[in-house]
Amino acid sequence: MRYYSTVTALAILFLFPLLWSGWASLEKPQNYLNMAAYGEGVGTYATNSVLVSSMTVAGTLIVSALGGYAFARFDFPGKNLLFLATLAILMVPYATILIPLYVLLGYLGLQNSLLGLSLVFVMFQLPFALFMMRNAFEAIPRELEEAALVDGCGTFRAFSRILLHAVRPALVTVGLFAFLASWNDFFAPLILLNDGSSFTLPVAVVSMTQGTFGAIDYGMLQAGVMVMALPCLILFVILQRHYVRGFMSGALRG
Amino acid sequence: MTLTLGKPKRRAAHTVPSARWRGRQAQGWLYAAPTAVIVGVLFLAPLVLVVWMSLNRWPLLGQAVFNAPDNYTKIPNNPLFFDAVLFTLKYTAITTVLLSTVALGLALLVQERRPGVAFFRTAFFLPGAVGFAAAALLFYGMLNNDFGPIGPLLQNLGITKEPVKWIGTPNMALFSTIALVLWRFAGFNMLILLTGLQSIPVEVYEAARSDGANRWQIFTKITLPLLRPTLALMLILSVTGSLLAFDQFFIFTNGGPDNSTTSIVMVVYRDAFFRFDLGGAAALSVVLLIALVGLNTLLMRRLR
Repeated sequence: MRYYSTVTALAILFLFPLLWSGWASLEKPQNYLNMAAYGEGVGTYATNSVLVSSMTVAGTLIVSALGGYAFARFDFPGKNLLFLATLAILMVPYATILIPLYVLLGYLGLQNSLLGLSLVFVMFQLPFALFMMRNAFEAIPRELEEAALVDGCGTFRAFSRILLHAVRPALVTVGLFAFLASWNDFFAPLILLNDGSSFTLPVAVVSMTQGTFGAIDYGMLQAGVMVMALPCLILFVILQRHYVRGFMSGALRG
Repeated sequence: MTLTLGKPKRRAAHTVPSARWRGRQAQGWLYAAPTAVIVGVLFLAPLVLVVWMSLNRWPLLGQAVFNAPDNYTKIPNNPLFFDAVLFTLKYTAITTVLLSTVALGLALLVQERRPGVAFFRTAFFLPGAVGFAAAALLFYGMLNNDFGPIGPLLQNLGITKEPVKWIGTPNMALFSTIALVLWRFAGFNMLILLTGLQSIPVEVYEAARSDGANRWQIFTKITLPLLRPTLALMLILSVTGSLLAFDQFFIFTNGGPDNSTTSIVMVVYRDAFFRFDLGGAAALSVVLLIALVGLNTLLMRRLR
């Protein structure tokens, strides 16, 4: 009994801020109307966020599935070097890489661009995603692939018809991590986007704390918090199993 | 953070004819090409560029001029930088100790299968699903005494007489930020530790119990030593994350009061985008990179 009272008290402590924020935002429905009209309109920011997250998830899945297959099943010159270079992304501070990226994306014509931001997110996701996908492809019995090759499939058909199906759980995990990271990130869009109409939700909602004429609308702010948090909370509760797999895989250690 | 590079690579015995073998090599490169392009263009190229930028006077707008090593020699004159380094180290030490203690406590509480334990795990982790920016804004409202419930609650219960200045004094701002970080990251670290706890074989515990070990002995003699690699991973993640802290201070305390909660990365950001000195910011970033890689290498050697 003492066990359950302890964990219940702790659970209340951890859940309270979320419940409070939901309640504070709903106390006045006007909060949501104010937020909808804030700046360029919350619709614009939400659309930007959805676009960036979709491009990041799609990009991460495509690049890491192809790459994971290459690293699990092929030998090619420079293989180890490329794998180490990808893992090295984890060693480099965020700021160290974002400042030159701000300049570099300018050279590429991708400054202030949602596509440019998404590509940067794909890069940040790659160490985890590639590691996950490589292990997933390695776990498939070679016979499965060989049978397909003997049946006259090219490697790409074997890959897209059979192997991709077998690594579906890993794809869900990689996609979920890519979504949560790109939907929630604040620092990269803060640096790489400079036009209000291209802001993603975190940057836009944080700008609410600057207030209009010095007065901060705290109710509207919590409505913004809810719009950002709810999709993540729902997705997490549904896909929890797949999220935990990301921890179990040892990929965090990569 | 290359603690382990995964499984040792397997090399198949190459009995394949060489022409077909070269075909497979080319195919391998084709599948790896998107990875190579992303890593090359968006990671390796910026890494080279940041070093080159640090050797130039590089204004936000306008022409870059080679001026090495000015961006490095002027770092000691940056008034904010040293205070920021001291503050960030202090923050890192406190956060890492508290975070690992709380995470270990939570993990031990929910490691065994019991009815309802899945719910408690989810409850502890749920704040981790919320973005850090959203979490910081949530606390920004919750700890506002006119809007949030915490200040009035403490006063009504008679715990404090005056309204608490949550982010009004340097110490309180640090305290409130750490509360935010604990709330947001304790569950995340708990999950890391749980993976380690669950990899300890049940037989080891059973053997210890039949030898008459008590719970404290089991914890210090079995759990902690066998958990060491996982604890090391968590410590390195926590130290790295804290040294690079930005969001919590930028959003929640805005570096204040009086720059007392200005972290290293905030100084880099201000140099680049408020003082328009990208060269100076690049030099700071390079120093930060070298320090961090050095520290991580050291920690990995020590902790493993």
